[in-house]
Amino acid sequence: MTWLDADTDIIFSGALCALACSIPGTLLVLRKMSMMGDAISHTVLPGLAAAFLITQTRAPIPMFIGAAVIGIVTALLVQWVRDLSRTDGGTAMGIVFTALFAVGLVLLRLPAIEHIDLDPSCVLYGAVETSAIDPINVLGVEMPRAALINGVMFAVNLGVLLLLFKEFRISAFDPALATTVGINATLMHYILMTMTAVTAVAAFETVGSILVIAMLIVPPAAAYLLTDRFGVMFVLAGVIGVLSAAGGHVAAIVIPEWLGVGDTVTSGMMAVAAGALFTLAWLVSPRHGVISHLLSRWRLGLRIMREDILGILYREQEQADHPTPSLTTAVEAIVRLRKLRPVIARLALSRLRRRGMVTGTLPQLALTDRGRTEAARLVRSHRLWETYFSHQFPTLPSDHLHAPAEVLEHLTDDALRDRLGQRTNDPSVDPHGRAIPGAASGASIDGS
Amino acid sequence: MKRAALIFGLLLTIAAAPAEAAAQSQPSILDNLQRVLSLRDYNTRVVIAGVSLLGLAAGGIGTFLLLRKRSLTADALSHATLPGIALAFIITTALGGDGRALVWLLLGAFGTGVAAVGVIILIRHTTRIKEDAALGIVLSVFFGAGAALIKLAEQMPQGSAAGLDRFILGRAASMIAADVQAIAVVTVIVLAVCTAFFKEFRLLCFDQSFAGAQGWPVLLLDALLMGMVVAVTVIGLQSVGLVLVVAMLITPAAAARLWTDRLSIMFPLAAAMGALGGAAGAVVSAAAERMPTGPIIVLVCSALFAASLVFGSKRGLLVRAVRHMHLRRRVAEQHLLRALWEMSENAGRVEVRSTFARLKSQRSWSALALRREISRLRRRGWVRLDAQGDISLTNQGRIEAQRVVRNHRLWEMYLITHADIAPTHVDRDADQIEHVLPPDLIERLEGLVEASDARAAMPASPHELPALATGDRP
Repeated sequence: MTWLDADTDIIFSGALCALACSIPGTLLVLRKMSMMGDAISHTVLPGLAAAFLITQTRAPIPMFIGAAVIGIVTALLVQWVRDLSRTDGGTAMGIVFTALFAVGLVLLRLPAIEHIDLDPSCVLYGAVETSAIDPINVLGVEMPRAALINGVMFAVNLGVLLLLFKEFRISAFDPALATTVGINATLMHYILMTMTAVTAVAAFETVGSILVIAMLIVPPAAAYLLTDRFGVMFVLAGVIGVLSAAGGHVAAIVIPEWLGVGDTVTSGMMAVAAGALFTLAWLVSPRHGVISHLLSRWRLGLRIMREDILGILYREQEQADHPTPSLTTAVEAIVRLRKLRPVIARLALSRLRRRGMVTGTLPQLALTDRGRTEAARLVRSHRLWETYFSHQFPTLPSDHLHAPAEVLEHLTDDALRDRLGQRTNDPSVDPHGRAIPGAASGASIDGS
Repeated sequence: MKRAALIFGLLLTIAAAPAEAAAQSQPSILDNLQRVLSLRDYNTRVVIAGVSLLGLAAGGIGTFLLLRKRSLTADALSHATLPGIALAFIITTALGGDGRALVWLLLGAFGTGVAAVGVIILIRHTTRIKEDAALGIVLSVFFGAGAALIKLAEQMPQGSAAGLDRFILGRAASMIAADVQAIAVVTVIVLAVCTAFFKEFRLLCFDQSFAGAQGWPVLLLDALLMGMVVAVTVIGLQSVGLVLVVAMLITPAAAARLWTDRLSIMFPLAAAMGALGGAAGAVVSAAAERMPTGPIIVLVCSALFAASLVFGSKRGLLVRAVRHMHLRRRVAEQHLLRALWEMSENAGRVEVRSTFARLKSQRSWSALALRREISRLRRRGWVRLDAQGDISLTNQGRIEAQRVVRNHRLWEMYLITHADIAPTHVDRDADQIEHVLPPDLIERLEGLVEASDARAAMPASPHELPALATGDRP
């Protein structure tokens, strides 16, 4: 692979485009209006065609005005169709954007417009490869035209965001509150729609009309999985956008090389790279990721298993002290647990041994003093819950007390256990007549 | 059913209108149109048959899609068919087959379409990302992958990938008889399944949790429905393209929704509108030179929707405007009746005549509106004017007025006893609802309001009537 200056330019332009898109994109994702971005990025096409028909130039200013107008028109039409035909917002969007896009395609076939270079494939995929090479001289510095346009767009969006930061934040999370504190929510809506449309035009040449959506929505959605803070989400969305632009272009050069063919479209690979980063965030996000959810479930399962083993051993020892007829021995119970969940049970046993709570191997498992203290805490929680339920629901049959207590004992911390003791007047026996360890009037918590 | 036929006829004329207008403007187009309408060209016949069948299937299945509020899911999955097409081409070419064989391309499209639906569901269920963003992610990432794969496919040494991008914007003109057969097969299957499972799909659309509680296999039915949506999308790719195929699915269904509240009518109506849109679009684009078929079909469907929005017999703007006007007229009538009744009640006499000026001071109504109302009630024989121009109720008018005032007072008493609203504040609330109280609700009000005189012919007003009302002429 050979790296050219053009490649740097392409990544530079793509990154600026991603930055410009990340700002309206974040707002769209938070307002749950992502598909409005989709609709507007499609309807930009007739806006551009109409602007060209009227002015007969491809100068940037008329194009941007056309885009801003069509953005507002799209938003208005969607609202009207939704309210007048009483359909859901999604259907209204679908009807409006397909109709406008079709108008755009028909306009492109008009003789007056056909000679300009708005060919549909460029419209769809964009042409970052050529636009990035097209240089422009700004104050003596040569830079790609796409970079200039997207850079200006980014600066404008950032300015609007900083100027209206507070207003955007409130109306993103609570439009009703925004209205009550005197923010014009409708105005904010149309500012966002205009911003989206104008940004879509700027990004048009770089990533194409459909892939604008990738840059608008995917990086902010990934950022949404990584943070709960409004400001941080913008920064993360920008970073992820830049990474997908760079990664996308590199992938567009490198991956086809492995397959023995030339290269592929950068804009498409930018979307794929953004998708890959989203998947990564989806998997590894510390708070909302799939892996962290699985891990915490695994940890909880392990802890419950440990506590259940301790509880079983404790109860057997208790029965040895005060013999009562029992159905299963502790060994049988633990063997059954091991059959049910072999891996977790084995792990839990070895963890207990390492922590010095249990000694011996399975037929001769025994609690150490440390283990007994821990087990007594658990059994105390269990029996306090049973007592609590029997106080709160006197009509509940006594054989219905065990099941909820069996669940809650694992979720009860020291503070809750103390309050539970106070609430139930620190009883010494539970409703089944068994001693509650650690009660002030009964046995002490270490079971001695 | 008669009405449905009527509606259909109306739609036919609406759809024909733009075609006729186009025909009048240029004679050459008229010739073209004649040629197209007589179906002389084999190609035109094929295209018209293909897109009409497509419209039939799309309109039908779109009905359920619309009612399940899944319109944009169709948009996402249609974009997601692109990588499937490219992959199918690459794989069949690499295995030495004909990469352009439509069967494999469409199977590939079906595969990634279904995968897209799966990913959307997965994102929604395992993350806190909302539906809209999930759709946007799937749509753009799959489409991006498709764009990249197509470029790769074009560079494969064996086989020519030229024309794969026809699926993006559609190229109906390239349709051949075999394609129409494929469309016909899918259409027949979709319509047959929809008919066979009509009851189940209806339940799924209107009360999914009830369907689940009743023991219907909701997930399976949903999967069947979405599978058919993907199938219809896939057969639509060639003619309207993946960007616009969503319009074939939802626009006719949304238009049909404006004509009826009954699913058993909406389903065939949407299918008919889809077929009509397809056929009319194909005819127009064949007659007008160089006009792309897909966008024209979509525009015809949009025009059908716009016409339905205005003229729709159930939710159309005209019908609603007329209904609104009727209601406003009835409200104004009843206000006048109540004003006259309360004046006579204040005076303690049955026969009361009021001057126009007094009557006008009774409410905040304009002289013009009051005069119009008086003359309207006069025509109905509820109000009469005497020689001096004074106004009084006729016997018939008194019966009507009694009913209105009674509704008003029942509601006032209900608000006072059950909603704990001060007697001085109930007049305005009751003023709004007295006009729309149905008879069964009045019966229940009589039961609820346990005031001693609730069952009397006319309960007394719980608050003082406006003082001005007392002044009448002896």
